[in-house]
Amino acid sequence: MKSDVLIIGGGLMGFSTALQLAMRGTRCTVLDKDSPGRHASGVNAGGLRQLSRDPAEVPLSVAAAEMWHNIEALVDSDCDTHFPGQIRVAENSEDMLALEERAAMVRALGFEHEEIIGRKELYKLVPVLAPHCKGALICRNDGYGRPFHALDAFRRKARSLGVEFRASTRVDALVHSAGEWQVSTPKGEFRAPVLVNCAGAWAGDIAAALGDTAPVRPGAPMLMITERLPRFMEPVIGAASRKLSFKQMQNGTVLIGGAHLAELDIAQQRTEMNWARLAVSARTVMALFPQLENTRIVRTWAGIEAFMPDNLPVIGRSSASPHAYHAFGFSAHGFQLSPVVGKIMSQLILDGQTDLSMEPFSIERF
Amino acid sequence: MKEHYPLVIIGAGPAGLAAAVVAAEHGLDIALLDEQPSPGGQIYRAMESIPTERAELLGTEYQRGRNLVSAFRGCGVDYFPDTQVWSLNRKREIGLLRGKTPTMITADKVLLAGGAMERSVPFPGWTLPGIMNAGAGQIMFKSHGLVPADGVVLAGSGPLLLLLAWQYLHAGVKMQAILDLTPMRNHLRALPHLPRALLAGHYLTKGLAYKKDLKQAGISTLHNVSDLHAGGNEHLASVSFRHKRRQHSIETDLLLIHFGVTPHAHLSRVAGCRHDWDKSQQCWRPQLDGWGNSSIDGILIAGDGAGIGGARTAEHAGRLAALQAVHTLGLIQRRERDRLGGNDRKWMRDEMHIRPFLEAFFHIPGKLLGVPDDDTIVCRCEEVTAGRIRAAVADGHSDSNQVKFLTRCGMGPCQGRQCADAVAHIVAAAGGNSIARDGHYRGRPPVTPLTLGQLASLFPEEME
Repeated sequence: MKSDVLIIGGGLMGFSTALQLAMRGTRCTVLDKDSPGRHASGVNAGGLRQLSRDPAEVPLSVAAAEMWHNIEALVDSDCDTHFPGQIRVAENSEDMLALEERAAMVRALGFEHEEIIGRKELYKLVPVLAPHCKGALICRNDGYGRPFHALDAFRRKARSLGVEFRASTRVDALVHSAGEWQVSTPKGEFRAPVLVNCAGAWAGDIAAALGDTAPVRPGAPMLMITERLPRFMEPVIGAASRKLSFKQMQNGTVLIGGAHLAELDIAQQRTEMNWARLAVSARTVMALFPQLENTRIVRTWAGIEAFMPDNLPVIGRSSASPHAYHAFGFSAHGFQLSPVVGKIMSQLILDGQTDLSMEPFSIERF
Repeated sequence: MKEHYPLVIIGAGPAGLAAAVVAAEHGLDIALLDEQPSPGGQIYRAMESIPTERAELLGTEYQRGRNLVSAFRGCGVDYFPDTQVWSLNRKREIGLLRGKTPTMITADKVLLAGGAMERSVPFPGWTLPGIMNAGAGQIMFKSHGLVPADGVVLAGSGPLLLLLAWQYLHAGVKMQAILDLTPMRNHLRALPHLPRALLAGHYLTKGLAYKKDLKQAGISTLHNVSDLHAGGNEHLASVSFRHKRRQHSIETDLLLIHFGVTPHAHLSRVAGCRHDWDKSQQCWRPQLDGWGNSSIDGILIAGDGAGIGGARTAEHAGRLAALQAVHTLGLIQRRERDRLGGNDRKWMRDEMHIRPFLEAFFHIPGKLLGVPDDDTIVCRCEEVTAGRIRAAVADGHSDSNQVKFLTRCGMGPCQGRQCADAVAHIVAAAGGNSIARDGHYRGRPPVTPLTLGQLASLFPEEME
């Protein structure tokens, strides 16, 4: 089967890239070894967060936020997004100092989206928060969405524009010959002049096959979700000096994360909960929301993600192979970036350039 | 409770109790964990506290359990009743909850003896208050002597329906009707298995005797019933159905339903044991060898949790798995294991003679399992209808897990216990695939409720 661009990986990055390319008339095929959004894309925490991003990611994240606020225009679905803000609380004066420095740094970069709020406003926004907090860093137009719904919307829209998708299609080998990529899979050969690696936790193998060095470390951040509770807060809560991501979802359940890792057998694609680390996560929740003590945990899980040594993604051209591109390694914070990454990839592939600086994300940094 | 045991048995039904007795004879240090307050499992529930008169009403099969329970009481294992197991993994770390206190213990060998659960089959109106599983009705009778006071309709297909009707008859319960949804064609389906079933003829004789008693008492059993509907606004008010090409309706405020039982496999799933679809039993069952070894080293499974075989089979399987544990822990040689297990292996084969016949006779029609009406709720926790599940399949979501991600079916407090099989059947039917391919929800711990406060109290030494 032949197309203009062949994308390996049917997660959000792959479909977002395919969608943007298809919008400009390019014929794309997306391959996935499992089902769409089977790993990180489908089961992540769904945070739409500009707050506390690495400075290198801030311009991308701000551009992505703008796209999320108009996501329905792009994919015909609101992806169940809500924008009640994201807050990072300071539990002591050292925390507060660190957050103030952070806010100043972001302002110095020329952005206004992160601001400091005092105790009074914090407790107005989150009345149920334990009483010891001093203040917080807030990004008022941050929020969250439902990852699998977003994945589904991107997939449908891409398909409606002619993007081909093949599930359960693992890449066995790839070669570049006579100006095109030839990718062999158990379901036949796929050919295209351009190849894109959006293979998430498995992207290191694809990069290696392209001759690039990419020290991808697969990891599986654990999440837990509670029974439904009456609505008690709107914004998403993090903490300045603890691992926490805490939000009450649209249906009243509370989603708790914090990038504590599960035990992972990548060969078997199997994760196992690390209860000692989940206990730490539960203690963090008890410290900040003690009224949840008797709330039942309904489910825990961990999706398999690609982590890079510097926790920054790889976005851009292959350094070793012609007409090959990468978008992977989002290190557990890729969901929010996905619409803009698709756009950047389409620009890199079709125009050879993009407005935003891709320097920090080059694969040549390894 | 110790932090580590050479053998932990989970479940105090026939398989778990028999296993404990055998393993204890070989001097093993054993913990037996069970969620009930007293030993016996569902089948021999309340055995130690039941009044003689009620035990007699329940029949001889029930009373068989008395010896087993008393042998267990005498065997000296660490027995922990009222204990929920919320997690099990490949390293044989067991998360449990006693009272309100959670603990994690480890074991060299874990024997799962979780028994069976009733198959849940969605039909129009099945979620109305006033509708219960027949098994739940039987539990109330065994534990508390509670029986329906103002009439009841029994409906479904399976041996338990007949047994409960017979028990109710003797307890003086007013039964308005017994609606047997077993299709007539099942008689043909079962016929080839009859000769082998006759080798375990006592089961057939018993079943026929129950039927005769019911008939003599004038209880009306309608056979080959279809199109079961439960009606009512806030509560069940009537049951309607088709019988002999006519539509019927019975006013009632209590309906007990039963569509057979399936293995209680939540722990084996969450641990990651491999499971296969059993076409004849219409359920998933863990992959096991003849000694109860699962696909995970050190995790053994016995009894109905390994595949439906009934209480007597469970006892044999429990003993065999215990011998295997004793052997692999180095206490007996392989030859000794084989010698000690000889009779149980033989008796277990004898017990199995009846199963192919029963499975064919009580085969649940694919239409009932796989194609409920669009408006019928399948996942009651999240109120997901069959129509929404089919719409997700039509939209390209090709297995149970993808349908779960999209529709939230199976994501409620029951963790998909009730709807997993039903959703798998519907997904397979809608996609035109085999249920074995379209799968089952992946197991997600905790399998029983655990609060944030309880989790926070675990591993106090672990730092941020």
